[in-house]
Amino acid sequence: MSERGEKFDVIVVGAGPAGLAASYLLAKAGLKVAVVERGDFPGSKNVMGGVLYRQPTEGILPGFWREAPFERAVVEQRAWVLTEKAVFKFSHRHEAFAEEPYNAFTVLRARFDKWMAQQVRSAGALIIPETVVESAIVEGERVVGVHTGRPDGDLYADVVIAADGVNSLLAQSMGLRPELDPDQVAIAVKEVIALPREVIEDRFNVTGDQGVTIEMYADASWGMVGTGFIYTNRESLSVGTGALLSQLVERGVTPNDLMEHMKAHPAVAPLLAGGETREFLAHLIPEGGLRGMPKLSTGGMLVVGDAAMMVNSMHREGSNLAMASGQLAAQAVLRAMEWKDFSAESLSYYDQLVRDSSIYKDLYKYRNMARFFETHPAFFSLYPDLLNEAAREMLTVDGVSKRSKQRKIFWGALRRRMPWRMALDFYGAWRSIA
Amino acid sequence: MKQLTLEQKLFLNGFRPDKESHLRIKDPEKCKTCKLRQCTYVCPVNTYRWENDQITVFFEGCLECGACRVACKECGNLEWRYPRGGFGINYRTG
Repeated sequence: MSERGEKFDVIVVGAGPAGLAASYLLAKAGLKVAVVERGDFPGSKNVMGGVLYRQPTEGILPGFWREAPFERAVVEQRAWVLTEKAVFKFSHRHEAFAEEPYNAFTVLRARFDKWMAQQVRSAGALIIPETVVESAIVEGERVVGVHTGRPDGDLYADVVIAADGVNSLLAQSMGLRPELDPDQVAIAVKEVIALPREVIEDRFNVTGDQGVTIEMYADASWGMVGTGFIYTNRESLSVGTGALLSQLVERGVTPNDLMEHMKAHPAVAPLLAGGETREFLAHLIPEGGLRGMPKLSTGGMLVVGDAAMMVNSMHREGSNLAMASGQLAAQAVLRAMEWKDFSAESLSYYDQLVRDSSIYKDLYKYRNMARFFETHPAFFSLYPDLLNEAAREMLTVDGVSKRSKQRKIFWGALRRRMPWRMALDFYGAWRSIA
Repeated sequence: MKQLTLEQKLFLNGFRPDKESHLRIKDPEKCKTCKLRQCTYVCPVNTYRWENDQITVFFEGCLECGACRVACKECGNLEWRYPRGGFGINYRTG
């Protein structure tokens, strides 16, 4: 073996939720697994907004929340529609979310992924940090290993799992997907802002380890297709915003200016007051949905998580799809091991598993959404404005009768958009998410 | 809260910069005819700056997100790689 480089059963490229989920299950099943990670430690290069769902994680690591370093259990989710000077808020809180087994947690990835990787190591996998995978080693019709950036760094395996994230150079180099387009990704930036525990609990109306998520629309992304967010951690807030790269290019806006614009909003600034930024992060979010999903497998290789465009932007879900896809990949690899067949045909079982899972069903449901909102900017500027102005009108006491106010709102709205256009907009929006 | 400049924010991050850039402009001449030069504003950390009639790459603060790679897709004038293992951004919170 020394001649040829070390041989594993499975090489997982990338120690994020998808890669770690797959490697944990495969190592548990007794396979010889190597996880190649380019960061100093798993988590040191990994970024997300910060919500991790319990159920898919528990499918890998039962009862994980008792030990894992999560920040807060999400008990309240808010959605804010911002305009320059106003905000219209929706929110939902349920005590059930505050009880075991919980629904979702806020996490800081450098801590959570590091912990998860420790579980993977305990399960018997080898984690190789500080190592960049440069390309796949292909023999005949299938991938048989990877070239890493280390001297004599070729590693061999029966199956390679590409869990190398949104940029997935591996999936791309194997021709499983084309170069990403600027309208298939959002660029998001985030600041982790430190605040004392008590201040967070007072400001967000929670106690103990309970937490809140706020998703912000319209002016939070300066009217571009995107969202902003504030998530509560134990002693910090994760605050971020992002928009489709194509829209940023068109508008000539920098991500940092977008961030400062959102942070200065009159409804946002008081929540951050007195906070101190601790870290500045950036990440591309795959927004291509089902239409941007690459070919998921080929001979000797599977693609999981962000690398496979598995993000449901409607519900800001990603890490859960990553975990679920990692689990399905592990299932497909185990069958291939049993059959000793790592051909494209054998591994296409993974495609079938994905197709039958809620990953595919949810992405199918929202397959037209990204394109719809991209071509209907009114939802990020005109309609939020109409909503906030209508609320303002009805709540302002100025001697004008409520009926006159309703009329004013109604005709005011029609002056800004033809009624048939509005009907089409809302019908289209409903169709794209229904 | 106190507003920080981008430079001040980057100062908070943990980096281990390599000696050589992992980002390379393939043909600097081509950038002269680029209309938008989107790399100079879509990058969250202002890696690409138009100075003295050419693109200068300040790779040291790169967060390895890939925005430049996608933004430059049409020209295809950017050779984009990850930094070598052990180099680049090192998040403490993530």
